[in-house]
Amino acid sequence: MALSGIQIYKLLPQTNCKECGFPTCLAFAMKLAAKQVELSACPYVSEESKAQLEESSAPPIRLITLKSDGYEVKAGNEVVMYRHEKTFYNKPGLFVKIKTSAPEGDVKTLAQRIQEYRVNYVGIELEVDGIAVEDDANNPERMKATINAVRSMSKKPLMLFSRSASSLEAGLPQLSGETPLIGCADSENWEKYAELAKQSKTALAVIADSVDGLAELTEKAKSKGVEDLVLVPEGKNLGHELILQTQIRRLALKANYRAVGYPTLVFCQNQAQMAQSIAKYAGFIVIDQFAEELIYPLLVLRQNIYTDPQKPIQVQPGLYEINNPQPTDPVLVTTNFSITYFSVANEVEGSGLPAHLLVADAEGMSVLTAWAAGKFDAERIAKAVKAANLDEKMTRKRLVLPGAVAVLSGEVEAELPGWEIRVGPREAVDIPKFYKQVLLVN
Amino acid sequence: MRTITLGALPAEGGTRKRVVTVGGETAMPFMRFEGEIPNPPVVAIEIKDRKPEDWSPLLIETWEDVIDDPAKWAAAAEAAGADLIVLALSLPNRNGEPTTPDEAVASVKAVLSATGLPLIVFGPGQAEADNTLLVAVSEATKGERLALGICEDKNYRTIVATAMANGHLVTARTPMDVNLAKQLNILISDMGLPLDRILMDPTTGALGYGIEYGFSVMERLRLAALQGDKMTQLPMIVTPGFEAWKAKESKVGEGVPKAWGDWLNRAINWETLTAMTLVESGADIVVLRHPESLKRVKSAIDELMAAKAFVS
Ligand code: B12
Ligand code: SF4
Repeated sequence: MALSGIQIYKLLPQTNCKECGFPTCLAFAMKLAAKQVELSACPYVSEESKAQLEESSAPPIRLITLKSDGYEVKAGNEVVMYRHEKTFYNKPGLFVKIKTSAPEGDVKTLAQRIQEYRVNYVGIELEVDGIAVEDDANNPERMKATINAVRSMSKKPLMLFSRSASSLEAGLPQLSGETPLIGCADSENWEKYAELAKQSKTALAVIADSVDGLAELTEKAKSKGVEDLVLVPEGKNLGHELILQTQIRRLALKANYRAVGYPTLVFCQNQAQMAQSIAKYAGFIVIDQFAEELIYPLLVLRQNIYTDPQKPIQVQPGLYEINNPQPTDPVLVTTNFSITYFSVANEVEGSGLPAHLLVADAEGMSVLTAWAAGKFDAERIAKAVKAANLDEKMTRKRLVLPGAVAVLSGEVEAELPGWEIRVGPREAVDIPKFYKQVLLVN
Repeated sequence: MRTITLGALPAEGGTRKRVVTVGGETAMPFMRFEGEIPNPPVVAIEIKDRKPEDWSPLLIETWEDVIDDPAKWAAAAEAAGADLIVLALSLPNRNGEPTTPDEAVASVKAVLSATGLPLIVFGPGQAEADNTLLVAVSEATKGERLALGICEDKNYRTIVATAMANGHLVTARTPMDVNLAKQLNILISDMGLPLDRILMDPTTGALGYGIEYGFSVMERLRLAALQGDKMTQLPMIVTPGFEAWKAKESKVGEGVPKAWGDWLNRAINWETLTAMTLVESGADIVVLRHPESLKRVKSAIDELMAAKAFVS
């Protein structure tokens, strides 16, 4: 738990020597509590105090970073139970499982698909984070061969799971210079796994079916010098899993219970489990199927839940030209909420039809939200037209409104003399059809 | 949270073979180790009184044999495992003319006789039509404990009055805001409708189209309810089916990025993931459109409710 200014003050030399740049130790302590200065600014803190202060300023959920050549995935460092309290920070890393029993050709094909998968959602490129190699063949040679096959196609971070330490031992040398995760350590094998994690500086996943069981394992692993731990709460079913995840997050944040202050990992078998893990606290998600039609919605859900609730994702207001429009081509007006902008821009772009897309500053709100909040009205639309200098730029002055705000057309007409005001369809999907059947006709 | 029962058995003045009870939670969703979750969330299937024009072709195909007959459609939804039925009335009828009160009543009656499940009836979503159609439906089904909707701040009086007079419930929708939800619940209960006859609909967006707002407002409503705020203690109904099937991802099969994958599975995943995320944040009734999503969400709810066995 973070210490208060007074608690910190008690750990300082209390000599008010001013070398830290503050008039008193108390003033410095207050700044430290507010995280506005570094403890190192005081040259006189005792080693003992330093240790205490560092311990208390450590985040309640440890940040774990898995790394490979050119990639990294972070989990942990979360500070709230509910996203509206602040925000969730590190999106759960999405890993796809590849089994060592699979033929090498299949491994390569799958690794390549995972490596190359990329999808654009509201202007953001979303990707899968990494690959989890599962030693279901229980064979060190297969482990090694599978890792090599994966690495021939993908450089993304890896997780290695096996029931025997010897498979991990065989696999790890293939990944030198990287920080993979290995697992899962349980109450029986933990010692070997912890040693291995320590030696090869990997993160270690520990597995148990209760909070106490997990805490016991992390304490043991820590005593062997392993700090980068990941919890695998093995729920008996979806409900049990949700309870374990919630208890872990709560104990870490509210009770500052260090033994479970680590990100969690869930092996997911179905969509419900995947949705739950994204919404409720997983730090890593391992799925055992790779299908575009599943990966895409999962990446979007993760993006949505981890959006900062204080700042809707926005685009810059202004004029966007799509498919090389001429001054005679229509102007489509929309708002600067990212989702809105991209729904429209993608449709126009995909249709190949030229248009000027005028993005009004609606403070990052969707069309109807902005309209209801008074941020997207005739006046604002007219202002956007003026700001983009469209009166002069356009030789044919045609402005298309979103169908959802058809009611604005009269007022917009009054604000913009000389412009033809058209009401477009309600949904962006119908823009190409509308363009061809209405705008191209007259 | 309050407990609300939809539908009335013959002994209670209705004709339902089954009633559905939701609410009654004394903890955050499924946190059975620290409170009671007496009733599982339930899944409704949305049907229309006639073949819908703007639905995804995938849905039209799925319900092909029954889509132009609300009675058959309701029976098919029941067979698919729905806990209750939502009948959404259309604005124009089959002939392109405004649906008349008689037609609306006929559709509702047909659905009631085709299924033993409780029923929610939504008007077409236009104040005037909602009022005339729902009043007629309400009077013709007195005592059935239907839920009538959608009450919004601009239009709730007529619907509430008729629900009150005929022993029905209402659903009250507000745009994703804790205070607006409370306010509408207050206005409705001020008219004299008891709180155990109001379902609140905090509105949601689909996955990719604002779901995070719906998710958070539901969590906030449930937290407020658990802290004792009476006007937020009403069970929540949301319409992920409507939202998810409006998204381009579900509606369109061609000319979309290859990275979106198979159309049908993507659409079902879209609906399932939207619904599950809302169930996690406190939905008591989720209204879906596809039978496969229904199956998946129901089995997930069963598993979520089964946690008790493992919690000491
Ligand atoms: C998410 C959401 C919010 C979020 C805001 C998200 C944001 N950044 O905008 C929050 C929770 C903050 C919010 C707040 C409010 N909201 Co709100 N909100 C929604 C919700 C659920 C989804 C909106 C959304 O993101 N849609 C997705 C985007 C992509 O849609 P879109 O911008 O309309 O774009 C589509 C089309 O319009 C079209 N299009 C867009 N541009 C163009 C251009 C052309 C030329 C064409 C042809 C087409 C086109 O293409 C897009 C895809 O098809 C809707 C209800 C719903 N389920 O739709 C209510 C809704 C929009 N909200 C509503 C209201 C009333 C409000 C509030 C005023 C409530 C209040 N009093 O507090 C506030 C206003 C905000 C404020 N005061 O600060 C109402 C509006 C009612 C109305 N018809 O007027 C709605 C419809 C809910 C309802 N049924 O009551 N809201
Ligand atoms: S440098 Fe250290 S001892 Fe000196 S005033 Fe600052 S905090 Fe106190």
